[in-house]
Amino acid sequence: MEANRAIGTKKESSSFMKFLNSKKVVPYIFVSPFILSFVILTLYPAIRGVIMSFQSILPGQVNFVGLQNYERVFNPVFYKALSNTTIYVVLTVTILTILPIILAIMLDSKFVRLKTLFRASLFMPALASTIVAGMIFRLMFGETDTAAANQILNWLGMESVDWRFNAWSGMFLMVMLCVWRWLGVNILYFLAALQNVPAELYEAADIDGASILQKFWYVTLPFLKPVTIFVVTISIINGFRMFEESFVFWEAGSPNNIGLTVVGYIYQQGIQQNDMGFGAAIGVILMIIIFIISFIQLILTGAFKRGDQ
Amino acid sequence: MKRSNNRTLLWFANIGLAVICLIALFPVIMLLISSLRPSSELMRTGISLAFDWSMLNLDNYLYIFTEANIYWSWYMNSVVISAITIVLSLFFSAMVGYALAVYDFKGRNLFFTFVVFILMVPFEILMLPLFQMMIRFQLVDSYVGVILPMVVAPIAVFFFRQYALGLPVQLMDAARIDGSTEYGIYFKIMLPLMAPSLGAMAILQGLGSWNNFLWPLIVLRSNDMFTLPIGLATLLTPYGNNYDVLIAGSVMTVIPIVILFIFFQRYFVAGLTVGGVKG
Repeated sequence: MEANRAIGTKKESSSFMKFLNSKKVVPYIFVSPFILSFVILTLYPAIRGVIMSFQSILPGQVNFVGLQNYERVFNPVFYKALSNTTIYVVLTVTILTILPIILAIMLDSKFVRLKTLFRASLFMPALASTIVAGMIFRLMFGETDTAAANQILNWLGMESVDWRFNAWSGMFLMVMLCVWRWLGVNILYFLAALQNVPAELYEAADIDGASILQKFWYVTLPFLKPVTIFVVTISIINGFRMFEESFVFWEAGSPNNIGLTVVGYIYQQGIQQNDMGFGAAIGVILMIIIFIISFIQLILTGAFKRGDQ
Repeated sequence: MKRSNNRTLLWFANIGLAVICLIALFPVIMLLISSLRPSSELMRTGISLAFDWSMLNLDNYLYIFTEANIYWSWYMNSVVISAITIVLSLFFSAMVGYALAVYDFKGRNLFFTFVVFILMVPFEILMLPLFQMMIRFQLVDSYVGVILPMVVAPIAVFFFRQYALGLPVQLMDAARIDGSTEYGIYFKIMLPLMAPSLGAMAILQGLGSWNNFLWPLIVLRSNDMFTLPIGLATLLTPYGNNYDVLIAGSVMTVIPIVILFIFFQRYFVAGLTVGGVKG
């Protein structure tokens, strides 16, 4: 009975169905929905974004203005946004590379108990959205003497700080928020890499009488190099794309632009001021920065592979 | 000598880690405690270390469950948008990743290079043109408008391809001999085998969508269409008197994720450490 039905359907199947099922065609059918969505939702907007950056876009009136948007971009506010973002990137990358390496090595050591508990609690902050996390920070670092951060300062005999209204403390808040959320995730990257270090190497180093620091420097670190390059790259890229960590503390505008970032500037100019051509020009500059960083990473990892063989 | 050295190390590592974990959990604990404080007090003092413990109560939660209808609209929007994003982005990218790994076809390598290349294009460059597109197709302030750009998930394609490279290809030949079509092989045999990777990517896409901020902020306009992060952010003004919804609402935004995390820890770890994309 089953066999009969199978033969029946086989006979009915047109040559078109056979065509659809041939191994030459099937992969393209599998790939096509993605290609379609990619062309419409990524490729087209990317090209459009570049074109827009050369246009002045007013409702019902679009004109090509050449490089005018780019000439306008290089103004003091943009430099402020770029320097804020760069400082933020340098700080978060440094902290989010060094601290996770140290903590991962500690977590990996055979002396530590309750590993799963430690790992889970360090990972927990990554589950909260930046908005919820930022809300907690904003309420903890309030201006009043009654907010947690100032209470601690007062107990230590120090003056209260207007956290959201100084350049240094504003930067501190954004960096802390980012570090708090991503520490646990970065630890996991390094923990995974540490599993690749052969135990014999440590034993050999022990026999040679190497100190803990020497073992770290000559045995552990070389094995962490690929994952470190990876973590540094994604941290730089995510840092340059930063927006929410600033928005959650100051919404659209911070005093003297102490919290303005490159993406924040795109949002401010492109969406709030509705100056889309100008916003697109900032976006293109951001894309160039990110491409350069990705390119450097490719060189570094490629060079590493060649040196390894 | 050696032994005492190890012992100090043991204490140093354990205590150091315990302290850092406490610091990491401290804001979460403070959030939970503060959500039990009267909202007017909270607005006046901020999250505080010294407060009147006898004033703790469940009023904020009572208010959210009885009065704050708008909060539940946001919740609904977030749930629906996340669910659809997960289904669509997984459907699209799993097929591609699978095809790239299993079939040998012209343009395969070129296509894969392509996927890696899209990974580098930041969403921020796309957002103004996409917004223009949404205006033209009248998708501003709609679910479709929020979801569409999230459907293209190159990172998931990448992950599925890596996973599918390890699938047993012999099964495919066996199934072909049994008269199964290529689509039957994929949906009935191979896709179930890819379940662990689907789990990891569901978490990545789901959490990304649940916590997504910039794009929904741009494309959603009316209060009852907001997702949770956008809605909660509107309550953050110093003039607002909605701190009850803000603080208790925040707790209830995170709790479902924490519960999922406890049950599917493995998938969270796999999902969140792939490529390190921003959640």
